[in-house]
Amino acid sequence: MYSWLNINLANTFMPVEGTDLAGSVDNLYIFLLISSLISFIILIGGMTAFIVKYKRRSANDKTAYITHNNLLEFLWSFIPFVIMMVIFYWGLIVYNEYRTPPDDAEEIHVTGRQWVWRFAYKNGYAFSTKPANDAMVNVPLGRPIKLIMTSGDVLHSFYIPGFRNKQDVVPGRYTYLWFKATKVGQFQVFCTEYCGLEHSNMPAKINVMPAAEYDAWFKAYVPEASAGGLADRGKELFNERGCTACHSVNGTRIVGPTMKGLAGAKREFADGSSGIADDAYLRESILNSGAKIVKDYPAAMPIFKGQIEEEDVTALIDYIKSLK
Amino acid sequence: MAHTETHSHDYLNHQKGLWSWLTTIDHKRIGIMYLIVILFFFLIGGIFALLIRMELFSAGPTLGIDPGTYNRLMTFHGAIMVFMVIVPGIPSIFGNFLIPIMLGAKDVAFPRLNLFSWYVFMLGAIIAFASLLFGGADTGWTFYTPYSIRQPNGVIFLVLGAFTMGMASILTGLNFIVTVHKLRAPGQTMSRIPLFVWSTYATAIIQVLATPVLGITLLLLVAEKTLGVGIFDPTIGGDPVLFQHFFWFYSHPAVYIMVLPAMGIISELIATYSRKTVFGYTAIAYSSLAIGAVSFIVWGHHMFVSGQSEFAGIMFSVITMLVGVPTAIKLFNWIATMYMGSIKLDAPMLFAIGFMFLFTIGGLTGVWLATLGMDVHFHDTYFVVAHFHYVMVGGTLMAFTGGLFYWFPKMFGRVCNDGTARISWVLIFTGFNVTFFPQFILGAMGMPRRYFDYLPQYESLNQISTVGSWLIGAGFLVALFAVIHGLLRGEKASNNPWGGTTLEWLATSPPHHENFEKTPIVSVGPYEYR
Repeated sequence: MYSWLNINLANTFMPVEGTDLAGSVDNLYIFLLISSLISFIILIGGMTAFIVKYKRRSANDKTAYITHNNLLEFLWSFIPFVIMMVIFYWGLIVYNEYRTPPDDAEEIHVTGRQWVWRFAYKNGYAFSTKPANDAMVNVPLGRPIKLIMTSGDVLHSFYIPGFRNKQDVVPGRYTYLWFKATKVGQFQVFCTEYCGLEHSNMPAKINVMPAAEYDAWFKAYVPEASAGGLADRGKELFNERGCTACHSVNGTRIVGPTMKGLAGAKREFADGSSGIADDAYLRESILNSGAKIVKDYPAAMPIFKGQIEEEDVTALIDYIKSLK
Repeated sequence: MAHTETHSHDYLNHQKGLWSWLTTIDHKRIGIMYLIVILFFFLIGGIFALLIRMELFSAGPTLGIDPGTYNRLMTFHGAIMVFMVIVPGIPSIFGNFLIPIMLGAKDVAFPRLNLFSWYVFMLGAIIAFASLLFGGADTGWTFYTPYSIRQPNGVIFLVLGAFTMGMASILTGLNFIVTVHKLRAPGQTMSRIPLFVWSTYATAIIQVLATPVLGITLLLLVAEKTLGVGIFDPTIGGDPVLFQHFFWFYSHPAVYIMVLPAMGIISELIATYSRKTVFGYTAIAYSSLAIGAVSFIVWGHHMFVSGQSEFAGIMFSVITMLVGVPTAIKLFNWIATMYMGSIKLDAPMLFAIGFMFLFTIGGLTGVWLATLGMDVHFHDTYFVVAHFHYVMVGGTLMAFTGGLFYWFPKMFGRVCNDGTARISWVLIFTGFNVTFFPQFILGAMGMPRRYFDYLPQYESLNQISTVGSWLIGAGFLVALFAVIHGLLRGEKASNNPWGGTTLEWLATSPPHHENFEKTPIVSVGPYEYR
């Protein structure tokens, strides 16, 4: 029961490191721990020494009359300032690792809902966790994975303690989290943004597999005849919803812009601004097309907000991204 | 007014009867009225805390309550402790009672407004508790959207209660600012006012500037919930993260509303019990203002993983580090005050030392959380719970209890038994560390906060934490006993039982209803131990 007294765990109390980033975080953690201990000993040790040394002897003790000391006060303002700037900078370096996913990261779509996670892979495999059921999210060892996340209802947060990684999952927009696992095994996932009744019962597990094994698993999945891969599902929706009436997929202009080569391209807008057609842009343009009108095109597209399931938006985006 | 008749009467028996209390405009009586109701709210919030810890004693359901009940307990514990105990606590009780006396004034600048504030506060508290009749609220005290928009109407009552109590906070702050500027005794320049007044003054500025933003945010939330205007709800075009920005724009400065007055009490206690002039008076006074100013531009450090821009996160991190500097200045100055002093460890001083010990841990772990790369792991885990309890309970409540024993003779003319008060300190201080230190470790191990249930690997530390909560509960019961015993049987207090040098110790214990028979004239600083 008192396994936390185990000396190995007692070194840091942090969970087993599952990524290189976790190692970087733990180095920072050790530095903070040691520098805080030293600061604590200076402050509280000093205070304790004074309490003992200058204990009141009589009711009429004479005390020294010292109002201030400019040098001392400068030093104990400036030195903490310097230390804190060092800590800030170190934290910034680690944060940059968190926030710069490699370009070749493999994408998995995640949707949070009260109180399940849904994972959708590129090959069309998708599943939802059930409360209290630690469903396995397979990922390959040593290859970067980027989770593109949104929520179907309220805020959630995707937290993998073993990877020291966490990102809020926000309805109405995409957030992302990336990692490169360096250890085969299972890593716990928690929801860490309060989401109601079963907030504490929304687990999943990241299952890190050797890359070859993962690839075999990934290829072995044969989508049901009707479903197909994620992009296939998107293609089906693209036809079903009548998108083809205005958007070509081969580069020709019909009413609206073509989808070919759209993803990742720079867009010029009617109001003179410009932007990159990333996931967030594609999502916004599908759901609320009036937000950004591409230059020289009419604002003719209907609003699909509330008409399309979050998972279907994901599939459509994946299809558009496949039209290179 | 029959001046000659009341001449020998102190403020407690100047007039008699419940009605005379409910209609009083005497700042001291209003302070005592706040003391009574806030101690009552503290009792309720404390019982909720003990129930939360009981439920978490073992993995799986422990008390036989469902997660929904647990979530409401957690929400009301937070909302009561923040909006009804820690935010109003020190300014409304000690600020009201002491600021006019410490300034040599007869009352605050607007005595009627002061009484009005108390009624507004009580109205807000009643509205907040009325929430329980409408299904309660289970949103956490933060009311994050869009979850809060989709919950039963009990949320509206809790939100409007917080809004109303915010109004009381603004009015109290306004009253204090004007009082400090206009009612100081002859000769009492701003550099001769006690540090408790300085810190309450800095707090008042934050109250007046930040609380309206909370009011607007909470009203927008109610509008969103009842009218569906589309500000925070993404399904009708709103932005849920915008709510977090608005909310923390108040609630981060509110952290300093909670802790600055406590720092003021610590300055007083350390000076008196070391019989020494406060080291670096000017630095401590201005560091309060500096903390107040910087506190307005650090709110985004609550949102490093919320989806706000990375650039914003970086700016908020670096500015947050700056708050550490004036905080460190205060700690160093207090310790330097003890140097070559004459230190007596009466119960109030023990609470001050407890504050130093616990607040140092709370402050240092605050630096951890301000560090971008570290916070991603710790955010919304028990590490954060431990950190802010070290600041709010270990900091503010320790100072509050110390202040209560320190000024008790002035307030009631009797002294609490020091031995009983020391026993309460031992229990509270030990219990606090037993409760909250394991929560740092739980956070490092990855246990998320606001969890009704947890994995078995977190159980042993949770059990230690729950046992600690019983010690804290016992400690506060002993403190309550010391206070009640002091009221009924305590020794008569002299005017200056601790050898303090600020003006309140020149007044009688308890003070005359107009504080001083003759307005004092100030010719020296507040801590002249020569």
